[in-house]
Amino acid sequence: MKKLQSIGNRLLPIGFTSILLAIWEGMARKGFVQPNLLPAPTKIIHTLVTNFSLMGEHILITSFEAVAGFLISIAVAVVVSVLMDMMPMMRKTLYPMMITSQTVPMITLAPLFLIWFGYGYLPKIIIVILVCFFPITISLLEGLASVDQELLNLLRSMGAKKYQIYRLAKFPAAMPGFFSGLKIAGTYSIMGAVIGEWVGGKKGLGLYMIRVRHSFATDKVFAAILVITALSLLLLGIIRWMEIRLVPWKKYMFQQSEEEYDS
Amino acid sequence: MKKVEVIGIKKCFGNLVTLEDVSITLEENQFVSILGPSGSGKSTLFNIIAGLIRPDEGTVEIEGENVIGKTGRVSYMHQKDLLLPWKTILDNVSIPLILKGFPKKQARWRAGTYFELFGLQGFEDYYPAQLSGGMRQRAALLRTYMFSNDIMLLDEPFGGLDAITKRNMQHWLLRVLENLNASILFITHDIDEAIFLSDKIYVLSERPAKVKAVFDVNIPRPRNIKTFTSKTFNELKEDILNIL
Repeated sequence: MKKLQSIGNRLLPIGFTSILLAIWEGMARKGFVQPNLLPAPTKIIHTLVTNFSLMGEHILITSFEAVAGFLISIAVAVVVSVLMDMMPMMRKTLYPMMITSQTVPMITLAPLFLIWFGYGYLPKIIIVILVCFFPITISLLEGLASVDQELLNLLRSMGAKKYQIYRLAKFPAAMPGFFSGLKIAGTYSIMGAVIGEWVGGKKGLGLYMIRVRHSFATDKVFAAILVITALSLLLLGIIRWMEIRLVPWKKYMFQQSEEEYDS
Repeated sequence: MKKVEVIGIKKCFGNLVTLEDVSITLEENQFVSILGPSGSGKSTLFNIIAGLIRPDEGTVEIEGENVIGKTGRVSYMHQKDLLLPWKTILDNVSIPLILKGFPKKQARWRAGTYFELFGLQGFEDYYPAQLSGGMRQRAALLRTYMFSNDIMLLDEPFGGLDAITKRNMQHWLLRVLENLNASILFITHDIDEAIFLSDKIYVLSERPAKVKAVFDVNIPRPRNIKTFTSKTFNELKEDILNIL
């Protein structure tokens, strides 16, 4: 029964998307919309396949910027959130700053970075870091603070040092939240890199999209969107896979109530 | 020999006097209960003995040594099992040894040798969430024992369990303790539990907590279900009820 349900849960979104795509395809073929404004899905796929070798370099560059920025923001987020967790003063000082920084629209900052850091990789990576840093830090910070105070007392009563408390209790407790933050940040990272390239660059999917848009090649714009989506999903998949490897106890935590109910 | 001696402890939180002149003695191999209403500062007393909180007045001596503000001598077990959900039972129970500096392999081996005695054999590689509340409390007691096997502070360890499991755990605890050389300080607000398990009972008053009375429990061991209906048990229960 449960298995059937889970197959149904998978089929539902796939089925719904297929219907939408079929309607789109039909409308494009019957000429309800002009093909150069909204190309048919099959045309987009065709363009993607034929243009893939041309897009290859752009894909690699965008991926590099996104992944580099993503990894750097993880490193920075870990350091900052641990410092903020250990020192309340730090938390009080930095927290409002971090929140405020998120209200600044990234699209307005991107041109400034261009002026400051040029047309290379650096401004793009900085944008990715700015976009990714916040969700990772907040989720990690909340995770670190989520540990039961009684548990911390117990460990301290056993003479645990500060680093041991972090290793035994705080970091593992923060893992599920940390991965939620990573998933959000991971999907943002590709987008951040594309925005960076959009405002100015020599290579990358953002630049590619600007070029093909200028030549009104909407099928190529859609092909690029498809690639960006695929890249984001790929990154998400890698994060999910790591979560299963690194947080093996998670499945038991949600299983618990069910089991007690059964018995 | 006196294992733990609490002398004239006083503790205030702000203007709130929580403990006022509490003195308690725990002899070697004794089971001493501290009986009192909820919120009477019993847990604060344990935190002071464990060295997590400093009292405003008074001293705590363990085997004659002043341990005020010093952690790492005795640990306690809580109503919540406080097992780490991300570690298996064996790894959870090994934590005290690892904190003491044992290599991981040796810590696991040492902890593993007690699984049978504590009725946990076969559950070494389970995660806490896969175990029932009673089994988790067994693991929590074993963890406490791995930390300080001569003195254990148990803070309402069965308070979160259902009545039947609780009764089973009380019998289980007595059976396990027969095989250990441990002195126990036990917090509870359950009179039956206190009488059934203890050699001596300190009755605390409501906040601010003072020792209202001390009772010696002269019921021979081993104790069993019949203990609950014995004459001595019921007389003692009546005396305690009169005081509370």
